[in-house]
Amino acid sequence: MSQSAPTREVARRVFASEFNDAGYTFTESDDERAPVYALLPTGESANRVFFVGTLTEKEDVGEDAEYWRGRIVDPTGTFFVYAGQYQPEAASKLRDLEAPAYVAVVGKPRTYETDDGTVRVSVRPESITEVDADTRDRWVAETSRRTIERVAAFDDDGNEYARMAREEYDFDSQTYKAAALSALEDLDESAGDELAGDGPAGGDAASDDTAPDGTDPAGTPEP
Amino acid sequence: MSELRQEAEAIAEQFSDHLNVDADEVEERLENLVNEYRVPLDEARRSVTNSYLDDAGMERDELGRGGSESALVDEIDEDEQWVDLRVKLVDLWEPRSDSISQVGLLGDESGTIKFVAFETSDLPELTEGQAYELSNVVTDEYEGSYSVKLNRTTGITEIDEEIEVGDNADTVEGALVDIQSGSGLIKRCPEDDCTRVLQNGRCSEHGQVEGEFDLRIKGVLDDGETVTEVIFDREATEKLTGMGLEEAKDMAMDALDTTVVAEEMGDDVLGRYYRVTGPTFGRYVLVDEMEEPGKVDVEAALIEARSI
Repeated sequence: MSQSAPTREVARRVFASEFNDAGYTFTESDDERAPVYALLPTGESANRVFFVGTLTEKEDVGEDAEYWRGRIVDPTGTFFVYAGQYQPEAASKLRDLEAPAYVAVVGKPRTYETDDGTVRVSVRPESITEVDADTRDRWVAETSRRTIERVAAFDDDGNEYARMAREEYDFDSQTYKAAALSALEDLDESAGDELAGDGPAGGDAASDDTAPDGTDPAGTPEP
Repeated sequence: MSELRQEAEAIAEQFSDHLNVDADEVEERLENLVNEYRVPLDEARRSVTNSYLDDAGMERDELGRGGSESALVDEIDEDEQWVDLRVKLVDLWEPRSDSISQVGLLGDESGTIKFVAFETSDLPELTEGQAYELSNVVTDEYEGSYSVKLNRTTGITEIDEEIEVGDNADTVEGALVDIQSGSGLIKRCPEDDCTRVLQNGRCSEHGQVEGEFDLRIKGVLDDGETVTEVIFDREATEKLTGMGLEEAKDMAMDALDTTVVAEEMGDDVLGRYYRVTGPTFGRYVLVDEMEEPGKVDVEAALIEARSI
């Protein structure tokens, strides 16, 4: 017997560059209230996302009522977050926050088509909170791992969402893997920078710099 | 060994105490049904078992598994398994139905599990605090929670031993992505043994009562793959948020609204990562210990990511 209690949708971890490509949405049943999923190009369904990034800009773009737009940047791109009168808590958070700030967002993917036919993907927030740099770094590491796991499973037999992604999109899943790895490597370098003044640790950071990305780690360092 | 042969031996073993059944004969009957009549194996097993039950004049629930496995209560994760337990009777509850003779909680070092004994099984009464060896109990599942049922074949042996009862502790880690309603400053029913949370000043059991203030957080931890509902009691909530009961009451008083407390707590904890440990109760983990994982180990993360 499977669990029959109503299940909460998991919050997927996805970088902005992939999220913004997830313009195809679908439902799993004909029920009017069936949850809507965005199809991630790495082959996963997302009814909810969790991300942490830097709020760089916020603006009230509403005409009659307040309608806040926030730009939240991660190592790969920018999430667009919109909150209006139906998300009063998130809207008031955006109103009060001062950019730049690290923020954590839980929210639902939303898509809309512009006049020229391009599909834009944004987030309707359920919550926005200000967090610290450690939380942001942890999210980058976690999201990098989840992304690479999805790409690794992309060619698995029976990976239904990967099949769907192949039908609906013309993206190469390897680009998301490359972006995820480089986000993690940047994190490693910035950690090295912080330690640079710290005696022997500085040597580690320097040797990291000379190890070129993606080459055989045992190979000779490039000149 | 073929699948049919395995099934045949298992069935023969089940009846070994009651009938002279030979595995070859069972196998032949199974084979006939499966190969000749195209009956699915499950159905064939059922049919053959029933016919032996008839032969022996037995009821299905008298049939033990030849050797039912001895198990720890925390290992039970499948419906309708026959197991033997070494447990202490931790708690007896009030039966809610006349058909139930005893209901309560059994425990061993791995944790605790609910048990039910039925009037029709005619078993001796169990005593709270006593340790027992129980043979031939059957597992049961409801909405992901497991329990065991005693039945008329269950062997009950008192043992003179102290059993340390464990707490089914689970550890979960993830981002706190939601604080559910019924969190923050709440009121509980003051009636004896009733700690229900009041809705609009009413207890679902005792009606309108003068509630007692308490703090708790019902939250959701999410690691990107699974969600786990967790409950922080007053102590854990104070530790998590740094807000005590008095401060929460003052805050609610100032705002003339208790919901501000949960909102304020949300500001401090939503979107952060936590690792919590505690016993599971239904679908909740009750938080005993909580820590913030702090700085991520980027190097380890890189090594892991490259190895996927």
